[in-house]
Amino acid sequence: MTTAAPAAPRAAVTNRPADIVFKAVSTTAGVLILIALGGVALFLVVQAVPAIIGPIPEEEGANFWAWVWPLTFGTLWSALLAMVMAVPLAVAIALFITHYAPRKLAQFLGYLIDLLAAIPSVIYGLWGIAVLAPFFQPGYIWLAQNLGWLPLFSPPASGTGRTILTASIVLAVMVLPIITALCREIFLQTPRLNEEAALALGATRWEMIKMAVLPHGRSGIIASSILGLGRALGETMAVAMVLASSGVVSFVLIGSQNPSTIAANIALRFPEAHGITVNMLIGSGLVLFAITLLVNALSRWIIAKTTVDGGR
Amino acid sequence: MSKRIEINDLDIYYGAFKAVEGVSIDIEPRAVTAFIGPSGCGKSTVLRSLNRMHEVIAGAYVDGEVLLDGANLYGPGVDPVNVRRQIGMVFQRPNPFPTMTIRENVLAGVLLNNRRMSRSDQDDLVERSLRGANLWNEVKDRLGVPGSGLSGGQQQRLCIARAIAVSPDVLLMDEPCSALDPISTLAIEDLIEELKTEYTIVIVTHNMQQASRVSDKTAFFNIAGTGKPGKLIEFDETAKIFSNPSVQSTEDYVSGRFG
Amino acid sequence: MTTTIAPSRTAQNPLTAGQLPPWAPWGLLGVSLLIGAAIAGLIAGASGSDFSVVIVGLVGFVLYLVSVTVVSQLIEGGRKAADRLVTGLVVGAFLLALIPLISLIVTVVVNGAARFDLQFFTWTMRNIVGEGGGVLHAIVGTVLVTLWAAIISVPVGIFTAIYLVEYGRGALAKAITFFVDVMTGIPSIVAGLFAYALFALFAGEGVRSGLGGAVALSLLMIPTVVRSTEEMLKLVPNDLREASLALGVPKWLTIAKVVLPTALAGIVTGVTLAIARVIGETAPLLIIAGFTTNMNYNVFDGRMMTLPVFAYNQYISPGVQEQAYFDRAWSAALVLILIVMILNIGARVIAHFFAPKSGR
Repeated sequence: MTTAAPAAPRAAVTNRPADIVFKAVSTTAGVLILIALGGVALFLVVQAVPAIIGPIPEEEGANFWAWVWPLTFGTLWSALLAMVMAVPLAVAIALFITHYAPRKLAQFLGYLIDLLAAIPSVIYGLWGIAVLAPFFQPGYIWLAQNLGWLPLFSPPASGTGRTILTASIVLAVMVLPIITALCREIFLQTPRLNEEAALALGATRWEMIKMAVLPHGRSGIIASSILGLGRALGETMAVAMVLASSGVVSFVLIGSQNPSTIAANIALRFPEAHGITVNMLIGSGLVLFAITLLVNALSRWIIAKTTVDGGR
Repeated sequence: MSKRIEINDLDIYYGAFKAVEGVSIDIEPRAVTAFIGPSGCGKSTVLRSLNRMHEVIAGAYVDGEVLLDGANLYGPGVDPVNVRRQIGMVFQRPNPFPTMTIRENVLAGVLLNNRRMSRSDQDDLVERSLRGANLWNEVKDRLGVPGSGLSGGQQQRLCIARAIAVSPDVLLMDEPCSALDPISTLAIEDLIEELKTEYTIVIVTHNMQQASRVSDKTAFFNIAGTGKPGKLIEFDETAKIFSNPSVQSTEDYVSGRFG
Repeated sequence: MTTTIAPSRTAQNPLTAGQLPPWAPWGLLGVSLLIGAAIAGLIAGASGSDFSVVIVGLVGFVLYLVSVTVVSQLIEGGRKAADRLVTGLVVGAFLLALIPLISLIVTVVVNGAARFDLQFFTWTMRNIVGEGGGVLHAIVGTVLVTLWAAIISVPVGIFTAIYLVEYGRGALAKAITFFVDVMTGIPSIVAGLFAYALFALFAGEGVRSGLGGAVALSLLMIPTVVRSTEEMLKLVPNDLREASLALGVPKWLTIAKVVLPTALAGIVTGVTLAIARVIGETAPLLIIAGFTTNMNYNVFDGRMMTLPVFAYNQYISPGVQEQAYFDRAWSAALVLILIVMILNIGARVIAHFFAPKSGR
């Protein structure tokens, strides 16, 4: 058996420079990202500085910080409300998909929830104004009449339903798929042995979840919630469209005097802004950037900490 | 076609860790040389250093020399890519390219290097390489199907065909049968027997029967303990290693008394 | 958790003793919903308002949870009762989440159908007051801006992922990984502000351009592309890289001809999903691309309308004949939803059919 493969042309290697070029291109792409982010920070700071250190128009407020505070409050308050609604719901949905739904349906049901994440925010805004606000408005009147002694529901109720509660509900729907998707992944990673051990002890499904799934997924739930929070903080259009805001600092959920958020305020005012107003808006954007950065870093830190601790 | 390899006082490092120390072996052309030894003794590392594949791991480097018919693989200015074109390798798990057909897999060494070759030359090369790997009769009617659709043993022979299609001087085999069933293993061993008429073959194996069946010379590696470098203990005719080794630990290992 | 083994209807199986029969929860649910309907009917009758399905659902759900827990507590004991309560809550949560999805899609389709006609896709809004007009300029704008965003972010994203997986070691790789994470968290409006700040440097205050929009969108798109490509490259078995290198193929050709083709389906899926994500972005485009009623084919100069901004603008600042503006907004929303859905489904189809068939 003579198997001598034909003498393959052993051309002189000339493509070594190509290796260097290819690596250089890849590295440059990565470095470009660093430069772009540095640029984001730098340009925003440069544009924001005139508003932060200089005087701002009197009708806006005493200084930049006095002007940006109510917006910051509104941003945090609406995001917090959204999280209160979204997190329990998301955890329950993730449990349903991973541990209750029939196996064959689970993937499809998960896809349905993912669809919520694919819908553009401007459409949530339209839906919020056209459907959600009028739908909840009678409920707000009822709340103001019957629970008006609670500071959260103090009358008068909004006549349009475009309150911070409505905006927060829209936000909750928008971050729901994000938190659900992460929780699902974490619940699926529960060591099968732990689950089976619990079931073998005669535990009901809920007891198994309490014993094995939730303890394993606790930090994951926290991290995904914070990631969702970061998204809710930065969401612009839905809030800008749904919320009828007046720039106050108020905890009332159902009134017509609502705090605005940084992002919504920028979207509403930027198209007509000029001069120092542009600088003020960019300054507020910088504040928002800093807040979301902090929140995201916190969530990454929690995720990193748990993966190092090992649990899987 | 077939070339001699001389390893002279080779040390292999991964960063600060010295994995292998002081190895010197003369590997004969047109013969099968087997590397045996316990896990972690550095036999695979030595094998991979013969075509500079260990450099894929960051921080790996060697001290010493490996001569291919007198030319130092680690000499200044030597391109590892050139080295690998002359010294082919077959891996532990069959790894045909999943995006390629059987035919394209055999031609991979040509196609991936952007080399031009006429259609009839390609057909020739495919047939000769597959015949060389004892696979031609099984796949000649389905050269256009993905290589990953074959059985494990067939995939491994496809990988051998792919390796010999670039007409190397040496074939390195890193436990080529450890993922295969006994019948496929036998087929590969027969193939090795045939291939050694053309190539210098170096094989790493955990299976001592296999080493005694296929190899002409055997090198036994051992390690003093975890964290210590692996060393060459004994290198001799296979028959001598398995019947009358000169070192006690070799005898312990080949007779199964190894602790 | 039912422990029923081969249920036999006639003989009493000792393993099913002390359990509710399987139809019991459904029966309770039916009764609860009926009571809910009755209450809703009473309220509607008393206050003269419409019959409320919401009240049926709400009352029915609460009644079901209470009744199933109580019944189970009495017959099956506390542990089983807690299990049934949680099951009810979890299923309820899922159904609740479907309500906005269904409501939203139905609303958009119903309202959007009004202007989903030929004129809508062939006209711009130039010189239109009141009825008529179309979104051609916005569709062109969206396509151009998204295309440029993809042109910028796909190569940068893929090459960054290649760097991270194939070359990256040490501090630079760590820094890039970290800052890509940071980038995922950038609010879209901040991306718009950045693009504005960047372009204002060259073109002065008040600058608006399609390219600016593309830059803002790439800032949002790059991290998604990097992440998904990175995942896909990591899935390519190391065996294949080694096999190629051992054939004497240089590293760059190994990456270009073995690694990338193997991961191609996943990368295309990731890029498609990234496009689907940014194509609906409104806030950054509102800031840097602005709005106009005219066609603009030139991304380098002048305001450029896009679909999401069109929908926003029509709804938020209607002129006379309000309804015509609202109809156009909803139709634009419908077009947008269709585009996003097609991209999403397309991505899944690509992932499903073009993934390399593994023999293992």
